[in-house]
Amino acid sequence: MSSAGASAEATQDDALRNAVIRLAGNSQDGIQSVGGMLGRLAGRTAQEVMTYMTIPSTISGGPSIFQVHLGSGEVLHAGDVADVLVAFYQHSYDNHLDSLKDGGICLYDSEKVEETRDERGIHHIGVPFTSATVEAIGGTAKDRGKNIFVLGLICSMFNLDREKLTGIIERQFGRKGEDVLRNCMNAFDAGYAFQTTDLKQFRFAPGEAANSNRISSDGNTMLGLGLIASGVRYGAAYPITPWSSIMELLRRELPKYGGVFVQAEDELAAVAIALGASYAGHLSVTGSSGPGLSLKAEALGYACMAELPLLVINVQRGGPSTGLPTSVEQSDLLQAIYGSHGDSPRIVLAPKDVEDCFYITLEAAQLARRYSCPVIILSDQAIATRIEAFNEPNLDEHWIEPELDLSERGEDFRPYPLDGLTRHAPPGSRMAENTYPKVTGLEHDEKGHPSGNPENHQKMTDKRRNKLVTLAAELPLPEIYREEDGEILLLGWGSTYGPVREACDRLREKGLCASATHIRHLHPLPSGLNELLARFEHIFVVEMNDSGVYGYGQLATILRAASCNSGIHSLCKTDGLAYRVSEIVDGVDSFLA
Amino acid sequence: MSDTQSAQPEEKLTKKQLKADHPTWCPACGDFAVLASFFNVIQKLGLTQTDFVCVAGIGCSSRFPYFVNSHGIHFIHGRALPLATGISLSRPDQHVFVFGGDGDGFSIGGNHLNHAARKNINLTYIIMDNFVYGLTKNQTSPTTPIGRRSKTDPNGAIDRPINPMMQLLGSGATFIGRSHATHVKHMNEIFERAVNHKGFSVVEVLSECTMFYPGAFDSAIPRKGGEFDLVDEEQHDLTSINEAFKLAQLEFPGKFGVFYQDERPSKNELEQNWINDVQSRTGDLSPQDLMRQNFAAMQ
Ligand SMILES: Cc1ncc(C[n+]2csc(CCOP(=O)(O)OP(=O)(O)O)c2C)c(N)n1
Ligand code: SF4
Ligand SMILES: [Mg+2]
Repeated sequence: MSSAGASAEATQDDALRNAVIRLAGNSQDGIQSVGGMLGRLAGRTAQEVMTYMTIPSTISGGPSIFQVHLGSGEVLHAGDVADVLVAFYQHSYDNHLDSLKDGGICLYDSEKVEETRDERGIHHIGVPFTSATVEAIGGTAKDRGKNIFVLGLICSMFNLDREKLTGIIERQFGRKGEDVLRNCMNAFDAGYAFQTTDLKQFRFAPGEAANSNRISSDGNTMLGLGLIASGVRYGAAYPITPWSSIMELLRRELPKYGGVFVQAEDELAAVAIALGASYAGHLSVTGSSGPGLSLKAEALGYACMAELPLLVINVQRGGPSTGLPTSVEQSDLLQAIYGSHGDSPRIVLAPKDVEDCFYITLEAAQLARRYSCPVIILSDQAIATRIEAFNEPNLDEHWIEPELDLSERGEDFRPYPLDGLTRHAPPGSRMAENTYPKVTGLEHDEKGHPSGNPENHQKMTDKRRNKLVTLAAELPLPEIYREEDGEILLLGWGSTYGPVREACDRLREKGLCASATHIRHLHPLPSGLNELLARFEHIFVVEMNDSGVYGYGQLATILRAASCNSGIHSLCKTDGLAYRVSEIVDGVDSFLA
Repeated sequence: MSDTQSAQPEEKLTKKQLKADHPTWCPACGDFAVLASFFNVIQKLGLTQTDFVCVAGIGCSSRFPYFVNSHGIHFIHGRALPLATGISLSRPDQHVFVFGGDGDGFSIGGNHLNHAARKNINLTYIIMDNFVYGLTKNQTSPTTPIGRRSKTDPNGAIDRPINPMMQLLGSGATFIGRSHATHVKHMNEIFERAVNHKGFSVVEVLSECTMFYPGAFDSAIPRKGGEFDLVDEEQHDLTSINEAFKLAQLEFPGKFGVFYQDERPSKNELEQNWINDVQSRTGDLSPQDLMRQNFAAMQ
């Protein structure tokens, strides 16, 4: 199918290397669940996958898409243009035909889509999704089940592993009772067996992923499991999209590990409950999306001042205010780094993909414990909801079992030593000196006594900031993809990782000397980064936020301030959609033009 | 509250051992007496410094933890209860004491009070109600009576004050008491009962701000011509919320004593039951194997 691009060379028997399938319908039609199953199928094979979806923010539904990019080699993005469009309605057809590549295939419900446009060599195949499904199920279930019918159709079209796919259906629907499962299987079989001479057949080249231990998941799930693997047993939060599924997972899973996750009355309480458990000796988590992070800001300042460890997850969405609650944006970076009052240094990290959600959480937990300060993980709606396939984490290697340290603290114990890192003594620990420590948000001396002494405030401010200075010196520099120096460096953070790398390759195909890099440690930035950036003539910081009054996005603003490097430019957008590779390529092109 | 320390072999703490920094309160501030009474109760119950923790928000009264030589945490304005919730749920071995004022508890932290109470979090909360904002120097508080002049109500307060007892009764707290800082013996008794209660226990103590609202509670001080009128527990059914509401509606200064006490499982117990239940089914698996089950479902 994909015949253009480096990754799409056909193998000898003309097998596919990758295919992008876009399902367009209404959210209540279950296209997410079909897309999810296709995504999960990849997890059971050596194939790669990346999904992308848009969801309406209203419960009753509305137009929605789910896009699946399946590939035999590395899949870095969800696909700019689709090879196959599945249109459930006229509006789906009208709005998404443009996303189909020239000569692509449009499968449409011939009972719902009335007008088709003959253009760009697009191959139209009308299939009566609705009546074929009704026939298969027995007439009662009406529109329900046509998603599974379509899944069967796709399965036969692409010669996907039928046995594994039906296994996934069984797992998903088996719990809902025999009738439901039987209907699903009937719908699937009907789609699989549907005869139309028009329907092309394709076959994927064997997947290249080396490890057979592959799983597929979305980012929120991996963040939630990462928290448990990093020894977090307590936490609290208030529901908000797209954060909620993490708290639902923790509420469900933590009791197995002896922990408790509290649904708090609001975000102010949530961060306080988590801080309470952290103070009590158990590193804890709270999380939210942008509006909730704002509500936690005062307590974050406290945690910096009192030097309490805390993990804060922020799954970013379109803002400000209620904004675009189900769309993607990266506009909380400055809030994450600076959002509070006073000087309140904390650590900010961002995962680069779904797999990284797991590992970055372990790293965050280690940093929080070590530096006794809040660590914010900035995820975003795209990473949170999309499905990717990757190797199952090795838990023998990546596991931190929590410990409650109630050992007696010696005579020299000071909660806030100026010559070392703070390591609080949780309640219950005995003090050899018989003086018991206070944890406080008032400026304090080394012993935790409130102190307004000017010299002391300066020293304590230095102490809190220098933790980050120490950390910066220890952080690895980000890897550079392609040339170590040159004309163009594309720099991304968070969910732009895949599109940025793919854009780098496209620029090189055009003859430009381009490299790419990705920043996971956003605050503090690794020291030495300025020197690294200086090796390139133009640095394009790609981010999904506004370029602001001065023309630079949020990370670009910080990088410019930190480096005084006038070669740093911004590629910004705020349309609520994930970056397409072509948008980045075009952005660079038009800058250089 | 927690039942793990009954067998402590250690000796009871002396007052001297319990005292920390000298209180920064104004002379004769009612909070001194609350502190003294708290020491009495700790001594009487034989608690030691590894058994309990003091938590507070912001306000004069919220300075409390600095003056007790125990583990303590001074948090932000209004959020002491959720912080204490996190301690209580994660550390069942600890007695958690929360201290604060009327502004901290009924204004900025009002919603937290409702939720910590309805969840019946295992802790003891002592509210030093002085009908004024002390620390910020004499603004109207949510309990300031109508007509009382303050810096924010130069013509006298016009907003109807909340009735703390009504509020607490409505919140779902399972132990609700009321006392007065000039009656130390009474405080001792009520505090002790509060500490021994399982679940969310709360005591409102009328504690005079001698600096900004002197004489506010004289009407309950016999030597100043007032009457200290106790709840008659022979007549009063402690488990009747209706009777408690009647007591709460008496004209100021009203009655003192325990208004309401009932048994309801605490969130601490309910969460632990869930944990025990789940673990009885998965108990043989190592934590890593538990998570491998999640991964298996993603294959
Ligand atoms: C977020 C925030 N808002 C306002 C304040 C200022 N503030 C500190 S204490 C206080 C009121 C204290 O009154 P109360 O809780 O009744 O305690 P009291 O001093 O009377 O014992 C206020 C408004 C603050 N510290 N933090
Ligand atoms: S201002 Fe009032 S409440 Fe505060 S310490 Fe002084 S007397 Fe006590
Ligand atoms: Mg007050």
